[in-house]
Amino acid sequence: MIERIPGAFHPFVLPFVFGMVFVLGYCLIGMVRIFFELPREDRRRFLISLVTPKTAWKNIRDIFLNCLIHVNLWKRNRVLGYMHSSIAFGWFMLILLGHVEVMLFLPHRVRFFYYPIFFNFFVAEADATIQGQVLMFLMDFFLLMVLSGIILAIIKRFRSRVFGMRRTTRPSFLDRVGLYSLWAIFPLRLLAETFTAHISGGSFLTEPAGQLFHRFISNDMHVLPTWWAYSIALGIFMVVLPFTRYMHIPAEMLLIPMRNAGIKVRHPRKGFAKLEYYSCPNCGVCIDACPMSARKENLKDCTVYLNRQLRRGNELRIEQISDKCLLCGKCTAVCQVGVQGPELRIAQRERRAFALAPDYGGIDVAPMKAAVAGKPARVLYFAGCMTALTPSIRKATETLLQAAGIDWQQMDPDGGLCCGRPLMMAGRKEQAEQLIRKNVEIIRASGCDTLLVTCPICYRVFKESYPLEGIRVVHHSVFFEELIRDGRLPVEYTSGSYVYHDPCELGRGCGIYEEPRAALRRMGVLHEAGKHHAESICCGGSLGSLTLGFEKRKDITLNALKNLTVNGPETIVTACPLCLNTFGRYADRPVEDLAEVLVKHLKTPTI
Amino acid sequence: MMDFGFSLAPSSAINLDTVDLSRYRKLLELEPDARICMGCGSCSATCTAAPFSGMSVRKVILGLQRGQDREVDRMLSACMLCGKCTMVCPRGINTRHLILSLCRICADGTHKEREDGR
Repeated sequence: MIERIPGAFHPFVLPFVFGMVFVLGYCLIGMVRIFFELPREDRRRFLISLVTPKTAWKNIRDIFLNCLIHVNLWKRNRVLGYMHSSIAFGWFMLILLGHVEVMLFLPHRVRFFYYPIFFNFFVAEADATIQGQVLMFLMDFFLLMVLSGIILAIIKRFRSRVFGMRRTTRPSFLDRVGLYSLWAIFPLRLLAETFTAHISGGSFLTEPAGQLFHRFISNDMHVLPTWWAYSIALGIFMVVLPFTRYMHIPAEMLLIPMRNAGIKVRHPRKGFAKLEYYSCPNCGVCIDACPMSARKENLKDCTVYLNRQLRRGNELRIEQISDKCLLCGKCTAVCQVGVQGPELRIAQRERRAFALAPDYGGIDVAPMKAAVAGKPARVLYFAGCMTALTPSIRKATETLLQAAGIDWQQMDPDGGLCCGRPLMMAGRKEQAEQLIRKNVEIIRASGCDTLLVTCPICYRVFKESYPLEGIRVVHHSVFFEELIRDGRLPVEYTSGSYVYHDPCELGRGCGIYEEPRAALRRMGVLHEAGKHHAESICCGGSLGSLTLGFEKRKDITLNALKNLTVNGPETIVTACPLCLNTFGRYADRPVEDLAEVLVKHLKTPTI
Repeated sequence: MMDFGFSLAPSSAINLDTVDLSRYRKLLELEPDARICMGCGSCSATCTAAPFSGMSVRKVILGLQRGQDREVDRMLSACMLCGKCTMVCPRGINTRHLILSLCRICADGTHKEREDGR
């Protein structure tokens, strides 16, 4: 390879250079701003995680697997996975191999950062070497890979259903500019390299194409226009990138290390939150996933639109979307980037000013402490607010505890304090902490070593936010499954068939999926719902939503019921009093809590 | 004086002609559902905060209609937002959001000034 253009410069590189400098500058300033918006301890934590070998390695691996290969997307949808990884990985390899070529043949030109991108324009092939041939083959191969991805992307744009997506977002004007320039980049590159193939050499793609074109048009006349067009397309893409959905490409590369460092959303607009909503690729997977999408008028209340409005700063819509969400967490479960929609919304709710802030300081817990301290037991059972409304669960739990011979007592037989989770969901963290302190006092006074709860809402907050070192917090589905496995709770198998509904807070919230299913399999046939485990559909009764009214929730519940009954189970089983109550309202077949089913299958009922 | 264990109840007379209903009207604007409350008291019966404070959504709405703003504020500040009242409401009122809206109405500060200046 020898240099064809002396001075290694031609004006056509300017659009690309300008775009590149702009986008790099923008991202750098953005990165620094986000970093300094983090609270001090988060900043420290992030820097430490960058130099810790374990997390540093995890960062590199995650960035490679998620940003380039798109592993999660492959698992979900192979065609979409191929489309994204062919463009991302193929493009990355083109850039990387371009640099390899420059370093190999013209090492003194490496300092011109545009040189590897327009390598074929600047060089002429003097002699064919084996390295050169291999590199050119690889360049053509990856270009072909990217082009195949682009073709899929164009098909997807017009027929998203082919790829299994029912609803996608409507791109904004700048999104379209970015999209079309992205589509244009690679065909233009192919043309540009084709027209220079007889000078700089090519491989299986560019060389035959060059010869073909040579038969009817003069290649030399098209060299400059196509290289100009290629550079301009790159320049346009780079310049609009920060204002389009494609901002997720650089943003995700910072999001992954920050998430690995354990940084959480603390402010709805600053620091990590900003990074989260800039990392949203606007793909719209969360639209189909959102339980509210059962209602057409709530289609625009899912996380992708929250992210969009957060970027635009549309305060009214941000407030509306934040308040409406059920906080079921399904959008995060299906999101390829892992944008934490519920956390963003809770952070938004936390910023809200209420003149009237509740205060629970006046509540005297001494009588409750005395009541539990009076008869110490190993297992303390906290029924919670919701179970108080569904006494059948409490009764069943009591029966099971007695049948298994457990040393237990109830923490709130005459109604106790709320666990604090509903307050947290409403964005009243400080008030929730008041209740947490009071509840901890009562729990500690009881001297128990296990805290049993029958409500996943309580379970989650006990797990996440209560300082209960030394006390095991356990949900009844896990507790009873263990007892069955140990043979302390003998149950019999009958002909009944069940479907298990994963409550949001228990499944996605705490990762408990298998224990309740294992318990059910011992009692009858277990069917799966249409969507289950991490993708189960919220019952619609969630306390997360502040503004969804009773009537509006009905459609969500009916949709969830339809999903549960696709395989025709006789009974719907859940492990949450709120789900039980909500489903019970509209279900066409019995809805029972796991504890109730267990009581019915007890071999030796002891009452 | 001899203490017989009885006393006179403090006057609880409310003059509806002089009551300032601006907060109640504001509430109706934000939460039209407050109109359909039939005062059944299901919310009072299930309230988690009631044993500690006498909180009751029914009484909150009633208090607003009677202009008992202080009492309303006291009850509102005891609510734990557990959502049981919403679950049991036979009229399907979103009581939880009603309470949050009321906490916001206080934010404009009008009634606070009025009460303090009284």
